[in-house]
Amino acid sequence: MKISMKITINGQHFELANYGNLTQALREFAAKEPFAVAVNGQFIPRSQCDTYLLNEGDSIELLSPIQGG
Amino acid sequence: MSGVLSDSFSIYGEQFTSRLLIGSALYPSPAIMADSIVASGAQVVTVSLRRQQSAAAGDDFWQLIKDTGLKILPNTAGCHSVKEAVTLAQMCREVFATDWIKLELIGDDYNLQPDPFALLEATKILLAEGFKVLPYCTDDLVLCQRLADAGCEVLMPWGAPIGTGKGLLNQYNLKTIRERLPDTTLIVDAGLGLPSHACQALELGYDAVLLNSAIAGAGCPVTMGHAFKTAVDAGRFAYRAKAMPEKDVAAPSTPTMGMPFWHQEFGIKNKN
Repeated sequence: MKISMKITINGQHFELANYGNLTQALREFAAKEPFAVAVNGQFIPRSQCDTYLLNEGDSIELLSPIQGG
Repeated sequence: MSGVLSDSFSIYGEQFTSRLLIGSALYPSPAIMADSIVASGAQVVTVSLRRQQSAAAGDDFWQLIKDTGLKILPNTAGCHSVKEAVTLAQMCREVFATDWIKLELIGDDYNLQPDPFALLEATKILLAEGFKVLPYCTDDLVLCQRLADAGCEVLMPWGAPIGTGKGLLNQYNLKTIRERLPDTTLIVDAGLGLPSHACQALELGYDAVLLNSAIAGAGCPVTMGHAFKTAVDAGRFAYRAKAMPEKDVAAPSTPTMGMPFWHQEFGIKNKN
């Protein structure tokens, strides 16, 4: 039985099809490389995304390179 | 001459001959950005991270930057707390594959003035995590000393608030920092508007300048990039040449000995 989960990614509400890990969420969101990710303000190294389990209401920041001064 | 041209400075042990670090923002187009960076002669370019929006646009920018082959200096622009800055620095390290971080921690949005207390706290945390921190700070001597004591090998005091183009607002402060921290790499960061401002910073003995708006916001950014390159070189040459002492009284440069008509026709009141 599938159970959806509501989270936010980059401030936007997002509903995951299943409870799962961070890698699955990023895949559903169609995250594009290169990027780094934080959950609830905490940096999560890419090497840990597979094992990082998300919770209802988690807030994900998905960041990519832009211009900077 | 070759000795002069090979003059370099160090950022955490890496040597650079270009004394201009350049930003990648605010250019009229990606192509002009790329051409301006080349014209400036910069060997270090600053970048940042933001929420992923249009993947295509971001890819284009990042590919252009990678194609320059320059050293990447990510920043924490826009952060207002230690936690934000530390987290963003950690994310930068992963994306850009560098321990370097230009640490920006804003204390007041009116003039984008760095928060000296939070800056020092975040600096200590990041240094302990192995980052090579380049803190963007105010031109406060004691703050700079504390940052150096914490382990910063590079400090980046402002010339003026970001994007103002006002130049070196307090040359006394900047000069004092230079004199008191002779072994620290010092880079004037922010507030420069004209090539002469950059030249002044180098004349004061600063190792380099970091700027963005002054080039990106010029009528012709590519030409301005070249102008800043030339100015930085001039300032560095001047510093190494050691300027003459300033005087309050005029002194003729043309010899007075053998001056024709001396005191004969015009009298002493016209003596010069």
